[in-house]
Amino acid sequence: MPSERSQREPRESALSGDTPSANGRLTKRIIACLDVDAGRVVKGIKFQQLRDAGDPADLAQLHANAGADEIVLLDITATSGGRKTLVETVRRAAAHLFIPFTVGGGIRTLEDAAQVFDAGADKVSVNSAAVADPSLIEQIAGRFGSQAVIVAIDAKRGTNAPESAEVYIAGGRKATGRNALEWAREAESRGAGEILLTSMDRDGTGAGFDCGLTAAVAQAVAIPVIASGGAGNAAHFIDVFTAGKADAALAASIFHFGTHAVAELKQTLLAAGIPMRWPC
Amino acid sequence: MIAIVDYGAGNISSVKKALTHLGAKSEVTSDPAVIAAADKIIVPGVGHFSRCETLNHHLRKPVLDAIAQGKPFLGICVGMQWLFSGSTEAPETPGASLFAGECARFPATVKSPHVGWNQIDIRDGSRLLRGVDDKVFVYYTHSYRAPMTDATVASSEYGGEFSAAVERDNVFGVQFHPEKSGAAGLKILENFCAL
Repeated sequence: MPSERSQREPRESALSGDTPSANGRLTKRIIACLDVDAGRVVKGIKFQQLRDAGDPADLAQLHANAGADEIVLLDITATSGGRKTLVETVRRAAAHLFIPFTVGGGIRTLEDAAQVFDAGADKVSVNSAAVADPSLIEQIAGRFGSQAVIVAIDAKRGTNAPESAEVYIAGGRKATGRNALEWAREAESRGAGEILLTSMDRDGTGAGFDCGLTAAVAQAVAIPVIASGGAGNAAHFIDVFTAGKADAALAASIFHFGTHAVAELKQTLLAAGIPMRWPC
Repeated sequence: MIAIVDYGAGNISSVKKALTHLGAKSEVTSDPAVIAAADKIIVPGVGHFSRCETLNHHLRKPVLDAIAQGKPFLGICVGMQWLFSGSTEAPETPGASLFAGECARFPATVKSPHVGWNQIDIRDGSRLLRGVDDKVFVYYTHSYRAPMTDATVASSEYGGEFSAAVERDNVFGVQFHPEKSGAAGLKILENFCAL
């Protein structure tokens, strides 16, 4: 169990840190994530203990209809094979999905990216391979545009300050010694369109997003930051959109297992003054 | 048949997918003859305005000829920006100058790119936006935007007001991505298919 930090970040008023008038009515985004293993949606607790949660195409449609602003499909076993299965899963899920659709997991080359774009993805998320060869970001952005490249960063800081968070790769199994903020800035300069930041300390715990880490990264870069890891209830989303300065927040299990339907979550956030796309 | 013009500007499979979903026949092409034979033309596009060089190089004439013949034309994102005189993103690359003004980057007062769902204020009388709810949310991803003009039929606010959609006679443009904007986006594409 991760130790709950005794000092939670104070909750700021909605939109503090932003300039609402300049931002017009751009909403914060709620992103439903499907962790896929061999063509089935699963969800782990702290990257382990997987349980089956259904068919990716069905779930993507279900979340879109329920009001999710985007869908992310992460192939969590891609590093150990199964590219063909993934591409077919993407094709099936994308066929009737008309909101932004991101695919990640095991994308190591420009060709891997091209395959999932061809299958219907709008964006790819790159992680380990981009750390190993950062020029991958430039290659994909150069051909498909920056808007199509999300750099996913799995970061861990334990009880240390957000500024000292470390980047992990290989599904959170391997420390890199790289600083998360520094890597986010490099990814941006190489053409990343968004950062998907997962707190490994919080992932799967339902204890809330790491708002300190998210805010630190959001302030380090100018591109949108998607917060991930730790969503457990609506208050956690309010926190990450205010104190955490996130542009979007991603969650998986709380949607699949019915703890919190997207529609209900969005209404709660709207009532709290967070700009949301509603009705959908 | 709707020609979806492929000029190397990013991923355009989602436009084709949406048209297929709506039951419209379309073809992704960079062949001037296919463009000339099409009933309608869509120029999609994401990415850098300099990609329009390819469009200007060998597809400009067939596309402009089709427009001159009165065929419905829809530009999406960079495809809409191309309808203007150009963009400060690539000053050496001219647009089609069918609408007045130059596209420019968002001011430094807001984060750029503008990514996500934003509302559109719809003007009365648009054929492209017929039956679409005013203030509906649509999906954007871009760093440059077109100015407001007398052809603007919908606007959004982000670092000030900009053209979300333009329309004159048979020429239409949308800065947002109708193929990624849920039911509202599909309605817009359906309207275009029905022209």
